[in-house]
Amino acid sequence: MSGGSRKKRRSASFDTHRRFQPHAWILRHLQVALASLGRLTRSPLSTLMTAAVIGIALTLPTGLHLLLSNLQLLSAGWDGTTSISIFIKQEVKPEQLDQLVSRLRAEPRIAGVRLITREQALEEFQRLSGFSGALEALEENPLPPVVVVTSTLESPEQAETLLAELEQLGETDFAQLDMQWVRRFQAITEIAQRAILVLASLLGAAVLLVVVNTIRLEIQNRHAEIEITKLIGGTDAFIRRPFLYLGIWYGLSGGIIAWLLVLLSLQLLEAPVAQLAGLYQSGFSLIGIDAPTFLMLVGGSTLLGLAGSWIAVGRHLAGVETT
Amino acid sequence: MIHFDNVTKRYPGGHTGLSNASFHIEQGEMVFLTGHSGAGKSTLLKLIGLLERSTSGQVRVAGKNLTRMKRRQIPYHRRQVGMIFQDHRLLNDRTVFDNVAMPLIIAGLGHTETSHRVRAVLDKVGLLNREKAYPITLSGGEQQRVGIARAVVSKPPVVLADEPTGNLDPDLSREIMHLFEQFNQVGVTLIIASHDLELIRRMQRRILTLDQGRLEGDTR
Repeated sequence: MSGGSRKKRRSASFDTHRRFQPHAWILRHLQVALASLGRLTRSPLSTLMTAAVIGIALTLPTGLHLLLSNLQLLSAGWDGTTSISIFIKQEVKPEQLDQLVSRLRAEPRIAGVRLITREQALEEFQRLSGFSGALEALEENPLPPVVVVTSTLESPEQAETLLAELEQLGETDFAQLDMQWVRRFQAITEIAQRAILVLASLLGAAVLLVVVNTIRLEIQNRHAEIEITKLIGGTDAFIRRPFLYLGIWYGLSGGIIAWLLVLLSLQLLEAPVAQLAGLYQSGFSLIGIDAPTFLMLVGGSTLLGLAGSWIAVGRHLAGVETT
Repeated sequence: MIHFDNVTKRYPGGHTGLSNASFHIEQGEMVFLTGHSGAGKSTLLKLIGLLERSTSGQVRVAGKNLTRMKRRQIPYHRRQVGMIFQDHRLLNDRTVFDNVAMPLIIAGLGHTETSHRVRAVLDKVGLLNREKAYPITLSGGEQQRVGIARAVVSKPPVVLADEPTGNLDPDLSREIMHLFEQFNQVGVTLIIASHDLELIRRMQRRILTLDQGRLEGDTR
């Protein structure tokens, strides 16, 4: 055997790392991913505990998000009964007013008509506003009579059309589509949405810290392995990889646990909600986790796991030096 | 193969590991490095494996200037330099086979090729029947041979050994030295640090003698 051929063989064995082979690369990643998973399953209890912490932390914002979605759905159902307040011109006489009320009652799109006379309006205003003193100072009642019309129209467009028609009436001073409570509710849900977002961010940060700490401990446990791998020529990427996959697995399993917990909670709520809906003669039923929410939960959780392990690895691997 | 030009290594705190050392080791040489403990043997080996960088002077291995080598190139350099340690540095939670396979897995070799080469090298060091054993169950000499197998399995052109026979009795030491001679015969450049002067003299190879970081002797 000549020295030349020996040398060639030797250098050939070392050139493998420089050539990028997609197949080998994917295979290697798959191997590392499975090895990390295997490592986790070898200590099932501690793995489950870490994953459960992540899962529970993510269940809370996911559950609240679902609760809010359901409430919004419920409010969307209530939007159907629109009420319009018609403020009547001062000069309209009471007989004309009665005629108007009967005309409106005959209208098929209108379900109910309620007349609030000037006196009733004043009384109500005094009762509710706290401005009774100010009103007494006035010589005459400044409040107009109001006709409150409720309609069964479903769409806001139809309600707007009805509103326009009512505004055209000779007796009408102006008419107002009474959507205030819907707007208020929307404002409240917006606040709730923000609150959930804040909560989700905080709990997401908690998940991140859990993963960082878990991976940090794992790095400490495998200190010797990392050191020796460095000694025999393992690149940073090679050393980092199993820890990153560990983070991914923690995140993924945490996300799945959160999903299962939310499913379980929905199951528990389903019967009482159906009962409540029955009492209101409503066909309302809870909506569960849809595909986008599921993907966001599990995908987000996995990303958090990856990010956490990345932080831990970045911070602590540099500390392992070969001596 | 290995060039040292006026290489000095000073540690933080003032201790000098190596002082103005210059020498050249040809490809295929087998060189012993001796001196009292603290004379700078380990420092010299660490400089070749880039476990440490020189304070001044130039170290070149296989034509590459280690002084200028970037951090991310270090792993690839270390794959060219097999290292053997007195305390073996084996992973006790992995079998002999898995320990020896590590350099090949790092280099990204396929499964078949890996197990083929690991078995071949285990056969060479006489541990083929122990491939499934855990290092902790092996004797000191066997553990050292696992360490040697790991250092040479990827066929690096340079192999460094730091006190490889430090804890072994004379018979086992001779056995290990015989293994080294066999590697040398197939063209591997070997540098072996040892304070066992009697053993070294019997080998009749080039000897570099260090004293307090200075290269005091270079005998062939």
